[in-house]
Amino acid sequence: MLNFLLPILLFAALVLAFIGAVRRMNMWRRGRPSKVDLLGGLLAMPRRYMVDLHHVVARDKYMANTHVATAGGFVLAAVLAILVHGLGLHNRILGYVLLLATALMFVGALFVFKRRLNPPSRLSKGPWMRLPKSLLVFSASFFVLTLPVAGVLPEGFGGWALAAVLALGVLWGVSELFFGMTWGGPMKHAFAGALHLAWHRRAERFGGGRSTGLKPLNLNDRNAPLGVEKPKDFTWNQLLGFDACVQCGKCEAACPAFAAGQPLNPKKLIQDMVVGLAGGTDAHFAGSPYPGKPIGEHGGNPHQPIVNGLVDADTLWSCTTCRACVEECPMMIEHVDAIVDMRRFLTLEKGATPNNGAQVLDNLIATDNPGGFAPGGRMNWAADLNLDLMRDKPAADVLFWVGDGAFDMRNQRTLRAFVKVLKAARINFAVLGLEERDSGDVARRLGDEATFQALAKRNIQTLGQYSFQRIVTCDPHSFHVLKNEYGAFGGDYLVQHHSTYMAELISAGLLNLAADAGGSVTYHDPCYLGRYNGEYEAPRAVLRALGIEVKEMQRSGFRSRCCGGGGGAPITDIPGKQRIPDMRMDDIRETGAERVAVGCPQCTAMLEGVVEPRPQIKDIAELVADALIEDSAPAKPARRAEPEVIA
Amino acid sequence: MTIATVALVSIGAHPASGRARRAEQDARAVELGLELAGESLHVLHAGNPHEPALRAYLGMGLDELHVLEQPDGADAVPVLRDYIREAGVQLVLTGSQAETGEGSGMLPYLLAEELGWPLLVGVAQIESIHNGVAQVLQALPRGQRRRLQVRLPFLVTVDNAAPKARQSAYGPATRGLVNAEVVEIVTDELSTTGVLQPARPRPKRLKVIKAKSGADRMKAATAKAAGGSGQVHTGLSAQAGAEVILKLLIEEGVVR
Repeated sequence: MLNFLLPILLFAALVLAFIGAVRRMNMWRRGRPSKVDLLGGLLAMPRRYMVDLHHVVARDKYMANTHVATAGGFVLAAVLAILVHGLGLHNRILGYVLLLATALMFVGALFVFKRRLNPPSRLSKGPWMRLPKSLLVFSASFFVLTLPVAGVLPEGFGGWALAAVLALGVLWGVSELFFGMTWGGPMKHAFAGALHLAWHRRAERFGGGRSTGLKPLNLNDRNAPLGVEKPKDFTWNQLLGFDACVQCGKCEAACPAFAAGQPLNPKKLIQDMVVGLAGGTDAHFAGSPYPGKPIGEHGGNPHQPIVNGLVDADTLWSCTTCRACVEECPMMIEHVDAIVDMRRFLTLEKGATPNNGAQVLDNLIATDNPGGFAPGGRMNWAADLNLDLMRDKPAADVLFWVGDGAFDMRNQRTLRAFVKVLKAARINFAVLGLEERDSGDVARRLGDEATFQALAKRNIQTLGQYSFQRIVTCDPHSFHVLKNEYGAFGGDYLVQHHSTYMAELISAGLLNLAADAGGSVTYHDPCYLGRYNGEYEAPRAVLRALGIEVKEMQRSGFRSRCCGGGGGAPITDIPGKQRIPDMRMDDIRETGAERVAVGCPQCTAMLEGVVEPRPQIKDIAELVADALIEDSAPAKPARRAEPEVIA
Repeated sequence: MTIATVALVSIGAHPASGRARRAEQDARAVELGLELAGESLHVLHAGNPHEPALRAYLGMGLDELHVLEQPDGADAVPVLRDYIREAGVQLVLTGSQAETGEGSGMLPYLLAEELGWPLLVGVAQIESIHNGVAQVLQALPRGQRRRLQVRLPFLVTVDNAAPKARQSAYGPATRGLVNAEVVEIVTDELSTTGVLQPARPRPKRLKVIKAKSGADRMKAATAKAAGGSGQVHTGLSAQAGAEVILKLLIEEGVVR
């Protein structure tokens, strides 16, 4: 009886899975076109899965081993089950291998089951609670079914009753694991995930690469949509990426906005996009909601605007673009890209940047700085420093990119400290002076791609006039934009963060440093230096050179928690239950350090905004400048005669 | 063609950088117009239609903007007057003072005079328009408001008491149409023959704070300016009232 029933069950499930797959692919194809190497991607997929994805998953050893056993066992078991039970290849060796595969899968599934006994809040419940049982039933049923094939038990043992139970078990198992995979069950992650890895929009991320710069909008094409209004405005592979989500909630656990009680949960956002691409409501979502927003009130479909249907605008504006979610995501989903895409539509088409957003963007357009300060005051911080201007120099080794911190009195202390370091090392450096403009970082994260591109193009034009070896800046945001986002507009430079540069100066022996004696220090990794650009080591090397042993925070390095200052979040200022910098200051206090070393003007501002008493906040440049042993500097030659003309 | 509501706009200049932008008060006039008339608001500029800053008004969600093409130094009043008269406009909204050019703030007055319309200055809100009568909230110093009833047509100027202008979005700003119209050019004698020179800042009267307590300072900061020698005349005829005013102006040396 089973010999007759099993092939029918298996192939019916496979046919249904195939139909589901075609249906799902058509949903993704509603998205906009995107250039992807289809075949190359598919060929590279196994490696991306085994190596790149496993790197991320392996941060959690328990889950990595569980997944290897379960998924490995399942893939092997599925192939062999089709051969043995579907096509009737009753070979003893195949039978033993299938037994082994199902046993492996069963053991893996037991650990999945154990994890689900008391699941952490970040995990989604609902159908995901069913999955371990389905896995157990699938593997157990095929194990027992295969025993006769391997010759362990006689054919037809157990009689009708067992046969009926096994048939039901197989029905359950293949429903969940074969066609549930393409019809939206929890196993969808395997099908969509594999294709997502193959056709990822940032293929550079695989093989140890890094790709963090936002993709430019084509503003010359008047018909191209400005950002994403409806789910179908995403590119097809972005939609595919949303579908790959396993709802593990690693993003939720890492998200500073979620922790602060702001109405954002990266996992829910991705699931809402899935609802958007398939149509429906979020009532079936079985994870944590956006803080303060009940589940079941939002819904949408591919052709309906996302904001105020599927997702509220304040959810999108809560994001600090810190990339913690992207860093944690085992499926390598690009949350930040999606958020900025939707913000672009709100800003460029609706003019709906909240709170001070509109004013900051107007200021950037009219004065090239977000504060609306008179552009002529950009060099006031250095009035007594006799800095060389690029305009007056044929060539400089280092172009010091000052950034908009020039207008901020706190950051001016950092800038002056760094100039002191550069002078002590006798570096041939110069600044752009009044020719420098905002890098465009804030405008871009607020979705104003037009203002970003205008600023970028003018900066690139200015930089193109001068000859220099490298750009060094104290601002990780400018650093990231100059390094990773100007390339698309023809600006390719060697750009370094001041911590990297100072580490080089120190190892070259150009700085004469005394040991730091100001007390214990912890170090806060800026998102745009660390996660965006992978620079975790240089700042620590500089601190070591000062004789400082960094008291690391629990969340440091690639797990560093955002200060709350990125992505224009202080400008859009979405209310939550607590402030992100307060949470970060608690992390800092936990180490017991008396000072926290930072390397970013935003982080400095956010952390110094925490009420006293709290550890002191010092930029790395300040710590180095304080430790300098200076010999008598030679007098500088007379300065240029004519005053600079204000642009 | 009948247009109900017109907002007059000019090219502004950012106070810190001097760069061209949408003028702050004119943008508030457009905002008031959009809240009142929605898409049927007719936005009008007399000047250069190729100025990119004009597009910032389109970015507020307008499909088109009308320009009466004029070179620098041309007088905007006569062309605006003719346009408004011929189009059968009922309500004109504009900022109090331009940020560029003469910036005398005289245009609304001259225009109202030539049209023979009432002019309402410093309007904070237009509450309703029923049967040709508008109920208008006028802003007075120190947050006070005065409710006025005015018969259409009339002209309104807004200042910073009016609602803040909505954000200008890039998409609509680039898509919107600028419709330039050729008009007769009337040279503005005053601005072309006159010599412009930087204004000398008027010396500020030193503020002597006599208050001893916080409450006193609060009182000093919020109290109405004490008029002192002011007089209130009631129940006078127009003739008698005018005589009283003229007498005061002669006393003060305004009229000689």
